Amino acid sequence: MSFDVQEYYSKLDGGDVILAYKGSITTDLINNVLEEVEAKLEGVDEEAKIRKKIYNVLVEALQNLYHHVEELPEELKSKDNFESKFGVLVVAKVADSYKITTGNFITSEKIKFLKDKIDKINSLSKDELKDMYKFILNHQKLSAKGGGGLGLVDIARKTGNKLEYTFQHYADDYYFFSLDVFITEES
Amino acid sequence: MEPISIEGTPKTPTVKFDAGSGIIEIKGRSIPENSIEFYKPLVDWLEEYGKSPMEKTTVNVQLEYFNTSSSKCILDVFKKLEAIHKAKHDVVINWYYEEDDEDMLEAGEDYESIIRVPFKMIEIVE
Repeated sequence: MSFDVQEYYSKLDGGDVILAYKGSITTDLINNVLEEVEAKLEGVDEEAKIRKKIYNVLVEALQNLYHHVEELPEELKSKDNFESKFGVLVVAKVADSYKITTGNFITSEKIKFLKDKIDKINSLSKDELKDMYKFILNHQKLSAKGGGGLGLVDIARKTGNKLEYTFQHYADDYYFFSLDVFITEES
Repeated sequence: MEPISIEGTPKTPTVKFDAGSGIIEIKGRSIPENSIEFYKPLVDWLEEYGKSPMEKTTVNVQLEYFNTSSSKCILDVFKKLEAIHKAKHDVVINWYYEEDDEDMLEAGEDYESIIRVPFKMIEIVE
């Protein structure tokens, strides 16, 4: 069965949701989301440390989304009425954690690279992640888009939690990549 | 040399580079989607400044947030300072972090371990 965005989104958009969005991932959207979440976090009874961590991780997650979102071909876009650069972002409180979910379409050729990268990150200890971060920081050039291959490593380091992900087939060569990031109050 | 003075925005830091006093300051937030555009003139300025720097260069970095795109550009800034230090000029990098912000302290320590310039980690207590 192929991936159903509405169903996926409606499952996310429940419970203690701080912000839920599906649509075009643009610079303006990022600015608005950051402003809104920051304002909402102001009113949340959490330590400044946690609020900062959430904001930091949200910046990386959103900018990853912005840099890597794949444009669907016209016939698929119009079939399901997708905006261009379609992506999903949900920030929610789940038990004792804050969960940031991002979702975007990718082509099948990217799956292996992403999966290997996340599995590698998930297998590393805190110190190993620090070494990986420093290695990439010092040895890889920024891409023309401004991404540096550091976003996921940084998220894993800051949260201290494993990255959870799924790839679901949508149509033709297109898959939907969903990533859950957890910020625990104790971390 | 003309000083650099840039007002901060919600996504880019306040920047003050002054060749006359040898004081280099970056403060606030650095979270643009693409940071190269913002940092390129700063790196170029330091390249020029490095040709005849002050006897002592003091660098104050006080960031509330910075993204990974900026982290590479900040490293480029520090590499220019490292070259000045290597040419036997006094350079010190003051890395400010807010009380309890272990992530920001750790980020400073990451740079300290890569860049051969004396760092001072300074906790801002409210």
